[in-house]
Amino acid sequence: MSVALVREIAATHRGQRGALLPILHAVQDALGCVPPEAIPVLANELNLSRADVHGVVSFYHDFRSEPAGRTTVRICRGEACQALGAERLVSHLRDRCGMSLGETSTDGSLTLEQVFCLGNCALAPAAQVNGRLKGRMDEARLSSIVEEAVAQ
Amino acid sequence: MSALTAPVTVYVPRDSAARSVGADDVAEAVQRAAERHGRSIRLIRNGSRGMLWMEPLVEVATAAGRIGYGPVTAADVDGLVAEGLFDGAELPQRVGVVEELPWLATQNRVTFSRMGITDPLSPDDYLRYGGLVGLVRALEVSPAEVVTEVTDSALRGRGGAGFPAGVKWKTVLDCVDELKFVCCNADEGDSGTFADRMVMEGDPFLLIEGMTIAAYAVGATEGYIYIRSEYPDAVATMRTAIEIAHGRGWLGDSILGSSLNFDLHVRVGGGAYICGEETSMLESLEGKRGMVRAKPPIPAINGLFGKPTVVNNVLTLATVPTVLADGAQAYQQLGVERSRGTQVFQLGGNIKQGGIVETAFGVTLGELVDGYGGGTRSGRPVRAVQVGGPLGAYLPRSQFDLPMDYEAFVAAGAMIGHGGIVVFDETVDMVAQARFAMEFCAAESCGKCTPCRVGAVRGVEVIDRITAGEHRDENLALLEDLCDVMTEGSLCAMGGLTPMPVRSAISHFPDDFIARQPISPTSTLHISARTEGKP
Repeated sequence: MSVALVREIAATHRGQRGALLPILHAVQDALGCVPPEAIPVLANELNLSRADVHGVVSFYHDFRSEPAGRTTVRICRGEACQALGAERLVSHLRDRCGMSLGETSTDGSLTLEQVFCLGNCALAPAAQVNGRLKGRMDEARLSSIVEEAVAQ
Repeated sequence: MSALTAPVTVYVPRDSAARSVGADDVAEAVQRAAERHGRSIRLIRNGSRGMLWMEPLVEVATAAGRIGYGPVTAADVDGLVAEGLFDGAELPQRVGVVEELPWLATQNRVTFSRMGITDPLSPDDYLRYGGLVGLVRALEVSPAEVVTEVTDSALRGRGGAGFPAGVKWKTVLDCVDELKFVCCNADEGDSGTFADRMVMEGDPFLLIEGMTIAAYAVGATEGYIYIRSEYPDAVATMRTAIEIAHGRGWLGDSILGSSLNFDLHVRVGGGAYICGEETSMLESLEGKRGMVRAKPPIPAINGLFGKPTVVNNVLTLATVPTVLADGAQAYQQLGVERSRGTQVFQLGGNIKQGGIVETAFGVTLGELVDGYGGGTRSGRPVRAVQVGGPLGAYLPRSQFDLPMDYEAFVAAGAMIGHGGIVVFDETVDMVAQARFAMEFCAAESCGKCTPCRVGAVRGVEVIDRITAGEHRDENLALLEDLCDVMTEGSLCAMGGLTPMPVRSAISHFPDDFIARQPISPTSTLHISARTEGKP
């Protein structure tokens, strides 16, 4: 991790009110995660305690301590997607790639996550693949997404 | 000949729901097909009309109006164009003049009046279709008069709580402070709701105008839109719209030549459901953990960074321009009882025709689900609908006569919330849904108060004992008691309303609460993986 880069990101956003969240998002955008080593650097830059920064980082589900795989697939498990078989998709992933939600494959190609509502409730079940929303997801499409991810 | 050479205007939505089923590929295919067939077209990426089961819905401007074709796949496009798509030809996917479709024509689109019609990022389109009329009118009168107009319209907070917007604004106006804020809660985390997202992606200037009116009315100079990170398209569209608005003098200093200065910023959430609770959102905006604050003090007096703050939902703020443009009277005449105006209902889940139905309060639940929705997508009978998000009640068919009205729903042990309606067919297991409600609360609780943090975990355990056949009656009584504690003792709506889906499931579907196979491990949320301990 580049300490200079983290300092630079902090400096860019420091002028904003309540800058910590925008800074953490920017760090994750740049490094793929918020590494534990970044916490004391940010605490120092923002004149906060390390506990304060750690507390914020660990509160929000978005911030990762390690980078995700090259492809991130998020399956929506909200009620609207449950009503059209979101759990079948979760089981399918487990059977197909032997991975549970929250895991990254050992070759670093794929991260599976759960999410609660992507705002696509009329076209359920929904998923998000590298930030892109997908609707009317089914087992076959999910398989081809996974295959493509693993091949990359 | 001129009909063939003049460019035809073709619309393919840019809404992320439409894109989720291939609208980008369709748009590309339309462009390619036009080139191949030597036709000159003007392709506009409009917002979605909200008839989401018809997406991607391609519209073609003709002398008879905008003719719709949907759903269209990218593979269809070349054939459709060859057979006369650009001339409005009769083809299997043709649905007719979009505005005349009964599904749309019978709605009363007030907040969503421009939705799907315009290019969301065209300020000229915005002006052409009535944009900024409300702001111009607001700037002609005093801030106090704007507040009175909003109060008289009887507009209530659309985020779920239904608190009168005018009353909140008056409190902030009456506070004497150099620094005040307007915050828009766009942390639309409730499953079954997507209207906020559609406003931000499909009519972003509307939200900007509403927030600017609010700033003028209460004397605020800075505004924040807190958008959940699950909505990257909404974030991008809002940021672009804010830039454009600055360029046009709709934001910044001396707005529209007046003395009003107002700056607007987008902030992105961190994937925490609780940040949709207004005080938790304020903490998050301050760069802290999204821990709920005890009220009082109320945010109107002691809000963001301790300053007087208006916190309203996207739909509330997006309705304000219409209230100002057409007057409180016109808005207030719609609706029933104390629920005035319109609500943007969202139909989702196992539904045949899901999407946006904006209509006056008073429409019945059945009219929405069976009428507009056309029943389930699976074709099986509807067993339950959940109204108002994960914290809303599950209602059976016998409640379909309920009018959509804040007080009528409360009287029925339910809530309208943000207007989301999720439909389930007869295969739904209601004890699993009740368990999920508790589990979701356990995973997403901010942890500040005990009834929510611990109660939700105990709730899951008690439900598991019921399904394991251990002392069913005693454990149901215990669950009732636990629900009482959570309802009465929680700091905010998260713990306070989680009992609503649980209790409604027990009272309307008691036969599901019996001993049976344990609920499958795949349907558990891996609470441990989601809670603290990272990094």
